[in-house]
Amino acid sequence: MTATTRTAPRTALRHRLAERGIDRQLLLLVPALLAVLILFIYPFAYGMGLSFQPAEGGVLGAYRNFFGDAYQRDTIGTTLQLALPAAFLNVAASVPIAYRMRGRFRGKRLLTTLLVVPITLGTVLTAEGLLNFLGPTGWFNRTLLEAGLVDGPLRLTNNYWGVFFSLVITGFPFAFLLILSYLSGIDPTLERAAATLGAGWWPRFHRITLPLLAPGLATTFCLTFVLAFSVFPSAVLVGDPAGTTRVISIAAYHAAYEAYDYSLASAIAVVMGVVELAVVAAVLGVRSLFYTGSTGGKG
Amino acid sequence: MSWLRIDGVTRRFGGKAALERLDLDIEQGEFIALLGPSGCGKSTALNCLAGLLPLSEGSIWQDDTRLDTLPPERRGFGMVFQSYALFPHLSVRKNIAFGLQMRRLPRAEVRRRTDEAIKLVRLEEHATKLPGQLSGGQQQRVAIARAVVLEPSLVLMDEPLSNLDAKLRLEMRTEIRRLHQSLGLTTVYVTHDQEEALSMADRLVVLRDGRVQQIGTPEELHTRPANRHVADFMGYRNLLPLKVTAVTPDVVTVEGSGLALRGTGVGTLAAGDEVVAAVRPEDLVVGEGGVPVTVEVVEYQGRELAVEARTEQGLRLHLRAVERPAPGDRITVVADPSRVLVFPA
Repeated sequence: MTATTRTAPRTALRHRLAERGIDRQLLLLVPALLAVLILFIYPFAYGMGLSFQPAEGGVLGAYRNFFGDAYQRDTIGTTLQLALPAAFLNVAASVPIAYRMRGRFRGKRLLTTLLVVPITLGTVLTAEGLLNFLGPTGWFNRTLLEAGLVDGPLRLTNNYWGVFFSLVITGFPFAFLLILSYLSGIDPTLERAAATLGAGWWPRFHRITLPLLAPGLATTFCLTFVLAFSVFPSAVLVGDPAGTTRVISIAAYHAAYEAYDYSLASAIAVVMGVVELAVVAAVLGVRSLFYTGSTGGKG
Repeated sequence: MSWLRIDGVTRRFGGKAALERLDLDIEQGEFIALLGPSGCGKSTALNCLAGLLPLSEGSIWQDDTRLDTLPPERRGFGMVFQSYALFPHLSVRKNIAFGLQMRRLPRAEVRRRTDEAIKLVRLEEHATKLPGQLSGGQQQRVAIARAVVLEPSLVLMDEPLSNLDAKLRLEMRTEIRRLHQSLGLTTVYVTHDQEEALSMADRLVVLRDGRVQQIGTPEELHTRPANRHVADFMGYRNLLPLKVTAVTPDVVTVEGSGLALRGTGVGTLAAGDEVVAAVRPEDLVVGEGGVPVTVEVVEYQGRELAVEARTEQGLRLHLRAVERPAPGDRITVVADPSRVLVFPA
């Protein structure tokens, strides 16, 4: 055998690996992979395992416990009733505002900043503000009373509406920013072309812009829904944590830190994840029916 | 009275005029080219016509109807965009049918006219594809079909060929001209390519810095440019800063930088004036008793050679030669006085 035939297979192997994207640069992934493994995969698997090891009742005992008890089981419905309308409203309210703001105009940066401020405030401050503003003796009710529009103060805090408003205030900026960036990814010439073809503003929006925006709306809906579904601080602070806003994260908290039933708490957390995944899968399923390719803009 | 009248149309961006008092009368069936370098205001003019930009001043009239106060969707003009602007989520067929559906025409008629338009641009086997699956030339044809299927009173085209390769550009040029004639369209076509404009248009409007420089037929612009800027744009590559030494009714003699030429004056000139002599490279030929120059660069261009040469004083000349001179050769060049245009500087 000659030297050339011996070396040939060795270089070929390296090239074949490189062709599949396997080379030494892959080592750069190691720190990130380790972090994911230690901080995410392991605790996740541990919690999963915990949920199948209740003190009594066999492997599925914790789950049977949760679904067997109406007080626990109903937290799924309670949370969905809060999270779905809140996510829907956040997306629906963001679309017209972002649509109006997609071009360039004076004061756009200021307006964007104002709209985004609630993100930086945090849920607790928002909740405190809501208690002061919407509470029985808050400005809102006092104004209504003074104006003679209502006989007694409207109950807008420490119930469903308090939590709902809080979810809208904190979720809207996320939805708005995401949708604004999706909208600016759509080539503005498309609407101008539609205009020269005789389309007024409404057909331009719903036949051209909306279908191109639909995948972005679906993604935005999923993200704001997941944020709203894991609501905890505002459900306690401006809600009615023992009754109408006993959301699923409160149930998990009670199980873990008041009943010290880590197995049940883990089971609730898993149920939470499954419900979220189901909603996200449904939305993405609908999304796949739409056009998802290039929208011709700057991306 | 003309059919479409553009009357003193002006468009300013932040105080700076992008288009200054454009007056233009368009007859039905005409092919008008707006020609000029980038930033000259030609696209601004087109967008003002289409209604995509509001006017700062002036008005647009079609017969006795004032158009400039109408939104784009009510002007009834078709437009072909430089980027084609095809709707990426709609098939070729739906793209073309869009405008017809906006007019709320009966479904059968939409279908018939869409079919006709698809056939017209020869895209039958691509009708169900999305625009992203088509080549540049095919996308261009969809954009044209989408605009002309409405039988618009005026078709506006914004540099529609600038994204195509050279060969396709020639083919589409003929195609657009063919459609213009066979459908009896009236077309306003924006381009920066003088060759494209000369070959396609019935009349050209040359713009520079937002102002009209000259309006005329291709022949008029080609042989009698109104000023040095139009000459520059019409392929007079040699623009020589010289001085008038003698003026007779027919011939102006100009000198400077080591060369003397006889040419035709444009406008009133007197001896001693600073002028610009404009000569096309193909009108400057190697000949006896002319200006002595040194050859610097020779480019092969098929039937002839493009030569860049310099006079002793360093003035650069572009000319054509049939036989290949070598760089460094000393030759003499001559030009027919009728082909040398002398403009006031």
